[in-house]
Amino acid sequence: MDNEKDILEVRNLQVNFKTYAGDVKAIRNVSFDLRKGETLAIVGESGSGKSVTTRTIMGLNASNADITSGSIVYKGQDLLKKSEKEMQAIRGQDIAEIFQDPMTSLDPTMKIGRQIAEPLMVHKGMKKEKALAQALEMMKLVGITDAENRINDYPHQFSGGMRQRIVIAIALINYPEVLIADEPTTALDVTIQSQILHLMKELQDKISTSIIFITHDLGVVAGMADRVAVMYAGKIVEYGTVDEIFYNPKHPYTWGLLSSMPTLDSSGDSLPSIPGTPPDLLDPPTGDAFAARNAYALKIDTEQEPPFFKVSDTHYAATWLLHPDAPKVTPPAQIVERQEKYATMQKAWLKTQQSTTPVEEEEEQQ
Amino acid sequence: MAKYLAKRIFYLILTLFIVITVTFFLMKLLPGTPLTNQAKLSKSQIALIYQQYGLDKPVWQQYLLYLAGAVKGNFGTSFQFSDQPVSYLLSSRIGPSLQIGLQAMIVGVIVGIIIGAFGAMKQNTWVDTTTTVVSILGISIPSFVLAVLLQYYLGLKLGWFPIAEWGGFIYTVLPTLALGATPLAESARFVRTEMVDVLSSDYIELAKAKGLSRMGVIYHHALRNSLIPLITIVGPLAVNIMTGSMVVENIFSIPGIGEQFVKSVLTNDYPTIMGLTIIYSFMLCVVLLITDILYGIVDPRIRLTGKAN
Repeated sequence: MDNEKDILEVRNLQVNFKTYAGDVKAIRNVSFDLRKGETLAIVGESGSGKSVTTRTIMGLNASNADITSGSIVYKGQDLLKKSEKEMQAIRGQDIAEIFQDPMTSLDPTMKIGRQIAEPLMVHKGMKKEKALAQALEMMKLVGITDAENRINDYPHQFSGGMRQRIVIAIALINYPEVLIADEPTTALDVTIQSQILHLMKELQDKISTSIIFITHDLGVVAGMADRVAVMYAGKIVEYGTVDEIFYNPKHPYTWGLLSSMPTLDSSGDSLPSIPGTPPDLLDPPTGDAFAARNAYALKIDTEQEPPFFKVSDTHYAATWLLHPDAPKVTPPAQIVERQEKYATMQKAWLKTQQSTTPVEEEEEQQ
Repeated sequence: MAKYLAKRIFYLILTLFIVITVTFFLMKLLPGTPLTNQAKLSKSQIALIYQQYGLDKPVWQQYLLYLAGAVKGNFGTSFQFSDQPVSYLLSSRIGPSLQIGLQAMIVGVIVGIIIGAFGAMKQNTWVDTTTTVVSILGISIPSFVLAVLLQYYLGLKLGWFPIAEWGGFIYTVLPTLALGATPLAESARFVRTEMVDVLSSDYIELAKAKGLSRMGVIYHHALRNSLIPLITIVGPLAVNIMTGSMVVENIFSIPGIGEQFVKSVLTNDYPTIMGLTIIYSFMLCVVLLITDILYGIVDPRIRLTGKAN
C-alpha cells in the first residue's frame, strides 16, 4: 500500500516495555498509513496501545520502552532512526500533538501567549515580539474571545474548553503536517466536546493537516474520521473507512465496541458490554488475543493468529470468521441492523451516483 | 499591594509587641540578677546601682518603662559593656552577622537548587544517590560540628583559610560553609523531590512535544515550577541560620550579634537580651514577608492582589 498520498507510514511496529515483572508487549506488529489531509481514528479501550503508538511516533516514549522492530516513515525518512536532536527539530514543527487533559497540560506559571509562541521561537528562531503577534492570530483562529487582553493571562484564568483551545493553538502554530490528537475531548464536558471537535475539523481544512485521532469513544469518531483503525491488545484488528467500520464491521471486537455504544434508537434497559478484561500483555495469548472474550471464537482462534482478510479495497479485518472455511455466524442484532442499513444506503447511493453529497448526509443521521 | 503591605506591617508591629512582652517576663523569671556574683559590692552599693538602672521598681513598672523607651527608639544601655547604648552596641555588630547569614543563605540555596535539579534529572543513577547522601549528611550534621571540622581540615591542616577572627572576605568563607550546609541540604532535597514530580507532569510532556531541547524544558518549564515549594522553607531556613549563627560565631570568634546574644544571656544583661530578641524577631518577620511576596511573583495563581479569576 505504499502510496504517494501517504504522509506517514507505520510498518510492523513492535514496542516492549521493560519492567521488573518482564517485558510488556505493548505494541505487537502494528502497521498503518496516514494519508495527506485525512483523519485516521485509532479506536480501542484503555491499554490497547493507542497512546504508546503516538508516543513512539513522537519519540517521547518512557526510557524503559524498547522498539524491537518496525519503521515509521515520514516524508521518506524513518523517524525511528533519527537522533534525539533530529527528533526535536521535527516535534512541534512537522508533527504536533494535542494532549488529553487541558487542565494539566499547560505550564501553570507561564503566560499563555508565551506558551503558544514557544514553538515559533524554538523552530523558526523568531524574536519574542514577532512570535507573540503570530500567537495572537492563532488565539483568534481557535476562537479565544478578547484575545488581545487575554494573551498575558495564565492558564488558571481559563476554563477547560478554553484551555483545550490553547493546547490546540500550541499544536497548530507551526502548521504541522501531522497532528496527533490523543483523546482531545475525553476530559471535557459533552457540550464543550462537540465545540472542540467542530473547531478541529474547521482548522484541519484551513491548515490542511493530517490528523491521527486517538479515542476510546466511537461516538466521537463518526463525525470526525475518514478512516478508522480498531486496536486491541497492542494490535490493529480491523481497519476501513468510517462507513465500513460503522455499518459493516467484521471483527467480533468491533461488534462488541459498536454494541456497547448507546444510540438514540437503542432499546432494552441494559447497555451491552464486552465481558472479561483485556489480556495481560506481559504474556499475550497465542492466536487471537480477543478469543477469551469472544462469544464467536473458533477453535483455531486459540491456536493461530488470524491474518488480515480483505473485505474491500479499503477494509481489512483480522478474524478467522472471514476465512472461506469458517462457519457462517450471525452477528449481534444491533450489528445486523447496521449492516442492513448500510446495504440500503449503498443501493441509494448507486441510484444517485451522479451527485456526491448523500453519503455525508446519511453519516450524520447515525 | 500597598494595602496588603500596610496590613502586613501592622501585623509585624503587633508580633514584635507580643514578642517583647513575653520575652521581658520570661527573662525576669531567670534566676539571678546582673549583680549576682559581685562579692566586692556592699548591699547599699548594689541597692544604689539597682536604683540607677530602675531595677528596684516592680517588674510591671519596669516593663512599661521599657515599652515607653522602645517606642521612642531608646532600648536602654548595656550592663556589661561600660554603659554603651544597646542600639549602638548592636548596630556596630550586626554587619558581620548579616553578611555571614546572607552569604550562607544565598550560597546554600543556589548550590542546593543546582544539586537537587541534577539529582532529579539523573533520577536513580549514581548522581542522584550522591546528591541524596550529601543532603542527608547536610541535614544531620549540626553546624557547630561542621564548623570545627572545617577549622581543623581546611584551616589548620591545609591552611587555605584563616581559622578564626574577622577581617575581610577570606575570613567569612569557613563560617559561611558551616552555616550554609543546612540550607544547601534542605533545598537540594526539596528541589529534587519536587522536580521529579514536575518532570513527569503533562505540561513537561507538552513542552517536549513542542520540540524544546532537554535543557530548554528544564530551564523554561521545570525549574520555575519546582522552585515554588522551596519558598515555603526559606523562612524556617532563615531561623535555622540565625540560631546556628549564635554558636558558629562563637566558634569562629566573629564579632556578631549571635556571639553577643550568648554572652548577654549568661550575664543577665537585660537591655541587650531584649534588643537582640527584637532584632531577631524583626528579621524573621521580614523574611516571612519577603517569602509571601516572592510567592506571588513566582506563582501567578497566588497573586496577592490584582484580578482574580
